[in-house]
Amino acid sequence: MGAALEIRDLHVSIEDKPILRGVNLTVKQGEVHALMGPNGSGKSTLANVLLGNPAYEVTEGEVIFKGDNLLEMEADARSRAGLFLAFQYPVSIPGVTLANFLRLAINARMKAVDPESKGISVTDFRRLLRAKMDMLQMDHSFAGRYLNEGFSGGEKKRAEILQMATLDPSIAILDETDSGLDIDALRVVSEGVSKLRGPDLGILVITHYQRILNYITPDYVHVMYQGQIVESGGPELALHLEEAGYDWIREKVSE
Amino acid sequence: MVAVRQRRSTAPEAPLYTRDDVEALSVSEPQWLRESRLVAWDLYERLPMPGFTDEAWRRTDYRHINWSEAGRPIAVPNPTLDVVPQANLEPLIGDEQGGIIVFVDGELVYYELNEAVKKQGVVFTDLATACRDHEDLVRPRLMTKAVLPFEGKFAALHAALWTHGVFLYVPRGTAVELPFHVVMYNSGDGATMGHMLVAIEEAAQATILVDYLSAPGESQSLYVGATELLVGASANLRYVGLQDWNRQTFEFSYQRARVERDANLDWILGNMGGELIKQFIEMELDGQGAVGRVSGMFFADGHQLFDQDTQQEHNAPLTSSDLLFKGAAKDSARTVWQGMIKSLPKMQKIDGFQACRNLVLSEDARMDAIPGLEIEADDVRCTHAATFGTLEEQPVFYLMSRGIPRADAELMVTEGFFEELLDRIPFERVQERLRASLEAKIVGISQIK
Repeated sequence: MGAALEIRDLHVSIEDKPILRGVNLTVKQGEVHALMGPNGSGKSTLANVLLGNPAYEVTEGEVIFKGDNLLEMEADARSRAGLFLAFQYPVSIPGVTLANFLRLAINARMKAVDPESKGISVTDFRRLLRAKMDMLQMDHSFAGRYLNEGFSGGEKKRAEILQMATLDPSIAILDETDSGLDIDALRVVSEGVSKLRGPDLGILVITHYQRILNYITPDYVHVMYQGQIVESGGPELALHLEEAGYDWIREKVSE
Repeated sequence: MVAVRQRRSTAPEAPLYTRDDVEALSVSEPQWLRESRLVAWDLYERLPMPGFTDEAWRRTDYRHINWSEAGRPIAVPNPTLDVVPQANLEPLIGDEQGGIIVFVDGELVYYELNEAVKKQGVVFTDLATACRDHEDLVRPRLMTKAVLPFEGKFAALHAALWTHGVFLYVPRGTAVELPFHVVMYNSGDGATMGHMLVAIEEAAQATILVDYLSAPGESQSLYVGATELLVGASANLRYVGLQDWNRQTFEFSYQRARVERDANLDWILGNMGGELIKQFIEMELDGQGAVGRVSGMFFADGHQLFDQDTQQEHNAPLTSSDLLFKGAAKDSARTVWQGMIKSLPKMQKIDGFQACRNLVLSEDARMDAIPGLEIEADDVRCTHAATFGTLEEQPVFYLMSRGIPRADAELMVTEGFFEELLDRIPFERVQERLRASLEAKIVGISQIK
């Protein structure tokens, strides 16, 4: 049986203001879920909490990942356990090259399994990275550039997917990966994600718009509103939202 | 608890040298050198010790130096090459070098000059030998053009009592591809006064690295240095000076470059070691079209104090200077950078830039950065910047979210801050060496937390 990410009755506040008010969601390996909703509904808060951003306070509920309570793990341990978040706004880190950073990230994983591990060989790493870059149609010179420093919006998102491809997670969360991308960049990024899709990877696509789902067809679609999941369905739900907008959700909730 | 602010009532004392020390030191030297040392000594006696009313010294209290301890000459019998760390003796690139000169405790212990380079007419030798064998080349240049004995007490002291040094001379039109390397290593406690005199003639080219370092000490040490870089018209000099003294060393040094018409200077400085470092780093762009870049990296921890004064002087039109200093301070360390861009009147079309970026890694550390401009022309572009920041959480969190443990993430972000300057050092092995010493300093961050 594959691993799963189980979010159970999750309540989250920022500075005493409740943002998430009882979220329940389970994402299993091999499944693609889309989480949609209007701005301010709590989508990004959920992503940040899952990755352990210390600015957010969990007031109730739990998140179980591979049998452990994710909320008790540091961000680095969550990642090594197989969780990945593609950030909406990846920060730039001057002086740290993409290649060097990814090699250290892989080595951190290997050392977590075997403290004696010397990490991946330079040759193996180079081969791995080149293959993943080719898959994402990235120029090899990217590897030597400082992380996100001077990257365009599309390049940043592609670099996020490259990290995902290289680190091989069991559950990946894509936080508004489509935002700000032109149609060509969106296609390249989405195709990259689709290539990674398979029985060993569960994906949660968090998005405001339906368009990324044209490339990554979800198995399940959920709608978040005012900090709760108020509607779940199949891919047709996303299409319906595209046509009808979020107003009917607001009306339905206020009923 | 009530903090009592110590009053600065006592003036600094002068070192305990005498005219006899100068006589003894120069007993077997050429007459001209002996005389110039004695003239400098007279000057030294007349000059005041720098005090706290002097703007350049206001932030640097050096009164905890014990002159009778730090100022006595190092007395280790029969210094040899064996004591010098192997990493500092390796060729800088490949397995050949243009030449290497190694001093231990101020004594010359190793000397090598590539045959092919020698045939090009290059002089690369210790300064004492150069004063004897190349008077025609050394005498007109030694402390007459760049660092002058009368600019301060320590400059005069150095001129009177310098203990060792190197003379590099590259004749007109000669490009030396292989780098030169100088190591000044001290194995014992006490004083040395090293001198670097580099003269690159018209359209010549050279690269040189100088390592200053010492073994861990038991008592105070003193280094009073001078560096003189004379870059001829259309010449090209890359100069790297890296300081890593032990934690009981006080350094007072003057370093000045003079850059002539259409010449290019790429000057890199690193400060890692020492108890108290006071350096004057000055670049004079003397000829039209002269270009100079000055890069400084420093990392102070424990209770180190680094005080660096820089000047970019535009003495001719169409000159351009670019200075970038990047430093970090942790524990209760203190750093001062004071920079100035100057231009003579009517020097039009000059382009000057200076920036000092500071990374403050603990609450008790203190970093000052004071930029300044004195421009007496109107058609110029001169800008400066000083920034201060702490270790940012967002980049650290980002790296952690990819599985990298916090300590390693902090190390990467901090090291990344310096990478831009490390990249400017043209020797990969030296970059690696510096990264390792940065790491040793940074790793303390996680230990303290």
